[in-house]
Amino acid sequence: MSYEELLKELVLKDERYVVMTSENRALIKNLPPVLKDRFIDTGITEQTMIGTAAGLALRGRIPVVHALAAFLTMRAFEFIRTDVGIANLPVKLSSYVPGFLSDGNGPTHQAIEDVSIMRGIPGMQVFCPADEEDMLHALPVIWNSPHPSYVRVTTRKGEYKHDPHFEIGKAEVVAKGSDITLLVYGMLFEETMKAKTLLEKEGLSVGLINMRSLKPVDEKAILEAARNSQLLVTIEDHFQIGGLYTILAEVFLKHRIAGNVFPISLQDKWFKPALLSEVLNHEGFTGEKMAARILLELSKKTLHKA
Amino acid sequence: MTEERKKELQEIAFRVREHIINLSTDGGCFTGASLSCADLLVYLYADFLNVNKTNLKDPNRDYLFLSKGHDVPAMYGTFAELGLMEKDRLKNHLKATDSVYWHPNRNVPGVEFHSGSLGHLPAVAMGVAMDIRLRKQNNKVIVITGDGELNEGTVWETVLVAHAHRLNNLTFVVDRNQFQANVATEDLIPLEPLADKFEAFGCVVKRINGHDFNALEEAFKALPFDKEKPSVIIADTVRGKGLPSIEARADRWFCNFSKEEISSLMKELHGDGKTDLHSETLTVR
Repeated sequence: MSYEELLKELVLKDERYVVMTSENRALIKNLPPVLKDRFIDTGITEQTMIGTAAGLALRGRIPVVHALAAFLTMRAFEFIRTDVGIANLPVKLSSYVPGFLSDGNGPTHQAIEDVSIMRGIPGMQVFCPADEEDMLHALPVIWNSPHPSYVRVTTRKGEYKHDPHFEIGKAEVVAKGSDITLLVYGMLFEETMKAKTLLEKEGLSVGLINMRSLKPVDEKAILEAARNSQLLVTIEDHFQIGGLYTILAEVFLKHRIAGNVFPISLQDKWFKPALLSEVLNHEGFTGEKMAARILLELSKKTLHKA
Repeated sequence: MTEERKKELQEIAFRVREHIINLSTDGGCFTGASLSCADLLVYLYADFLNVNKTNLKDPNRDYLFLSKGHDVPAMYGTFAELGLMEKDRLKNHLKATDSVYWHPNRNVPGVEFHSGSLGHLPAVAMGVAMDIRLRKQNNKVIVITGDGELNEGTVWETVLVAHAHRLNNLTFVVDRNQFQANVATEDLIPLEPLADKFEAFGCVVKRINGHDFNALEEAFKALPFDKEKPSVIIADTVRGKGLPSIEARADRWFCNFSKEEISSLMKELHGDGKTDLHSETLTVR
């Protein structure tokens, strides 16, 4: 099963769905002849596509909308906020090459503030699956919900066998650990798994949470990790402002707790454009580099205590 | 249109203008832009669109989208006169206990979609037109834009896409009152030759006097102008129409008049003198 097959099956089964794109067909290239009139390509017009999707949704359709993450969330932001958000219409945004996945494109194509701005829209739900399998578990639930949604699409294959039961607002707790819990979303899941193994080799007890749903967020999973681990690490291919690190701060304040949180994120700058593996290495997001950064942070904490 | 019907519509439009004047105090509203499209809205809701109190949720109704949302007082007035909205609700203008404010919203029955941010509703209307065609229905979809609004690139994006999709059930109407906010359109971002621009984008265009009910009827009854193309009606209008003291003045955009000015403007509408205005126009957008 692929993204395209899943979508095709749903649209053919359920009249309400239409597939839209602003000429970004990478995920859906085989659908036009199958879906015919229910495949709507508006050309390179992200804003008009979103307004049109709102109009279709007003008439009872559920548009599943495709564009490159940066242009979908930023070029069309005000249309998403004003036409989809204010009216709370079930428009389903599928964002292509979000975060590090824009690899060699350069900063024009880097959507590393998308989680921040999408979750700022009232009613908008935000999901960041770890890999293709994780995403395929989630999409039927997301597409069937009456809310507008934003999904960071990833078609990368993963080795981890994810829990097929996906629930909006629920994280996937991969492991619990008393020393550290790694909280991650999206494509960095794979490197985070590697970091976990390396940290465990150092004798540490390491938990790992695949956040899956960033809005609504699984507060219970976060609070439990905060209670049971000495250190939480947020890992995201996103600016530090407005992403998972900020979400943790919000949850902690809401519940009046404090905790040690080490952010691994992008610090107020765009990342070096290159092939994905090069990017991960250069920016310090490989399993090895993240493990080393976390160990260094731990040593500082120990020194501080002493 | 019979002379009798024309007279009836003129009387309705006259009362709509009274409502607009009454909404121009205690916080005020966009008076000039509302007066320019009053005749257009009265004609459309009274004589053209299949929209009435009983069919507001019927998928077979016609759709009107007011993209230049700041002229919503003309819509409130029209709804009040045609029974879509209780006249008493106009007294709730800008009250937190109701939803009758400076831009349209769906808490007012008959408003199909909220607006206020310019350049949005052409696309929303296009989505509705696409769905109507998908379902092989015949409802008409009208979207009214301002002329200043045509500065927004998304209007032209939508025209491009509507042409590509051969949406003959979608009609763009431009309230061509010659002004945007505080400046004449031709002094800021010239639009003429406007009909040529829409034609170059693949539409069929008719240009009419937007205050002449016969001309409005002739144009709208001829829709769609082409089986394969979107239609455009450019309605030449006067900003502030009906009140010579504010007509076609760049400095009469958003108006919040004193009670004395309101009563004088009301007399002026009734043909009794010209108002000496002192309130300043707020330069907001």
